[in-house]
Amino acid sequence: MNRLARAWDSDIAWSFRHSPVAIVAAVVALLIILSAVLAPWIAPHDPFNPASLNLMDGFTPPMEPNQFTGNVYWLGTDNQGRDIFSAILYGARISLFVGFSAVIFAMVLGISIGLLAAWRGGWVDSLLMRIADVQLSFPSILIALLIFGIARGVIPPAYREEMAIWVLIVAIGLSDWVQFARVVRGAALVEKSKEYVQAARLVGAHPARIVLTHILPNVMGPVLVIATIGLALAIIAEATLSFLGVGVPPTQPSLGTLIRIGQGFLFSGEWWIILFPSIALLALALSVNLLGDWLRDALNPRLK
Amino acid sequence: MIAYVLRRIVQSVLVMLVVALVSFSLFRFVGDPVATMMGQEASQADREALRDRLGLNDPVIVQFAGFIARAAQGDFGISYRLQQPVMELILSRLPATLELALISGTLAFVLGVGFGVYTALNRRGWLSGAIMTVSLIGVSLPTFLIGVLLIWVFAVELQWLPSFGRGDTVDVGPWRTGLLTQSGRASIVLPAITLGLYQMTLIMRLVRAEMLEVLRSDYIKFARARGLSDRAVHFGHALKNTLVPVITITGLQLGSIIAFAIITETVFQWPGVGALFINSVQFVDIPVMAAYLMLIALIFVVINLVVDLLYYAVDPRLRVDRAAARH
Repeated sequence: MNRLARAWDSDIAWSFRHSPVAIVAAVVALLIILSAVLAPWIAPHDPFNPASLNLMDGFTPPMEPNQFTGNVYWLGTDNQGRDIFSAILYGARISLFVGFSAVIFAMVLGISIGLLAAWRGGWVDSLLMRIADVQLSFPSILIALLIFGIARGVIPPAYREEMAIWVLIVAIGLSDWVQFARVVRGAALVEKSKEYVQAARLVGAHPARIVLTHILPNVMGPVLVIATIGLALAIIAEATLSFLGVGVPPTQPSLGTLIRIGQGFLFSGEWWIILFPSIALLALALSVNLLGDWLRDALNPRLK
Repeated sequence: MIAYVLRRIVQSVLVMLVVALVSFSLFRFVGDPVATMMGQEASQADREALRDRLGLNDPVIVQFAGFIARAAQGDFGISYRLQQPVMELILSRLPATLELALISGTLAFVLGVGFGVYTALNRRGWLSGAIMTVSLIGVSLPTFLIGVLLIWVFAVELQWLPSFGRGDTVDVGPWRTGLLTQSGRASIVLPAITLGLYQMTLIMRLVRAEMLEVLRSDYIKFARARGLSDRAVHFGHALKNTLVPVITITGLQLGSIIAFAIITETVFQWPGVGALFINSVQFVDIPVMAAYLMLIALIFVVINLVVDLLYYAVDPRLRVDRAAARH
């Protein structure tokens, strides 16, 4: 209880309680994440079980009874009679899984490279940072596309479908590590010259130990900010790639895939097939983004 | 000055070499070109003969040199998917992408500067508030959703503008343009807005911030004290001084516009290089991917180089800083 009270009293918690935007964003993000995680239990239908689909239910507008079966769907159905609401829940699951995994991958890679560059210095540092500079001068969506293309070429065609999600995670992660590496390197260089690190060196601690147990915890603040904003970017990147048709296969549609599918029905007037997945994607990306903005301001001592 | 220019040029060449190495590795190590070209029935001897003829048995460094020599002449081989020379494919689709990029770049620059100046001069007006809010939405919406939204409103509901393709095109020499026909001009409106919206908001926010900064400075107060008209102060003095960073950013963004054209071209089925690239990624068409990579890298490197050199030429403070930093 004592620990909980202290957490409640901390600066971060105080700034959170006094930021209505952060509270709303957190509630929206948590709501989407929770319903995505619990999708198998709360979704009214299983959108990927062909036995549960009824073609007669196809193209049911939202909140209206179907003209043949009389079934009512909150957000309507698509051409195969698949419930849009359930499809969104399952789609958000895949979007979030790819987003989180890609950010964690980028974070681990970026932190390792940043720490290595800061600790070793010299040519290792200049080489790594040169690579980072070059990569940073190209848009990350282009890098992700390229990595995705290369991976498709390397993987035998039979495994492409099932590997697609992992390829996507690696592609988005590899296109996103530079921010982490740069910030960690900068912060680690500052920490490296501080007295506590020198003291640790003096008592003969192993360099790996110093870097991991002394320097790393002290650079985690900015890393957390980049990770949050990076999550929003990764979710949008995944949606973009899936929308372009080079992301997850249509058998496991993410929010981006649902939007891609829905675009085809826009012209025939079935607007709900594309509208609701788009709103879900936007709400998710925007709320995570706003949380990141708030976190950046809350962790910035100069703004206090 | 000469040393700086030389160093920047050497850096650019190095970047191009690295990109060429990636491109070359794509060719050499991703997929087997012999298998792609000969099919299943070819005998082992035929395969070896082809390997020899293609130079695949030479040392890797010789192959790389050959790759660069051919790339410099624009020879990237034949597309696996379309069975046409890659360079021909890209050149035939380049005008569509360049027209789209130039129109949306111009749109972003003109509207961005216009809105930026307006919102800076009328900070409290309701129209400024509206523009700023819309720009916030423009930044948070992913590009493909903006495109879909525009199609829904202007093509499906209002039926004012076409939702896909380039419309009728006219050949002017080797350049196939869509800008000379009515349907071509109508077709470019929605893609150009989709592509330029993000850049427009970026430029607008930059101009607004720079204008607010400059309007507070002493020489503006002096210009007002001299009794110059508002018009002369705002446009002759204030705007002129904000334009250097704005032009730099616009220049740098031109590369991003060409890269983001991939998304816009897919949404609007625009027959440009970006759509070609997406198809080549889907079908693992290595020669097209490699050539596109080199082309985009070249565009980026050249733009970065030109902007850097221009900046150096335009802003004398930079020269002093650089000289001081070296000592």
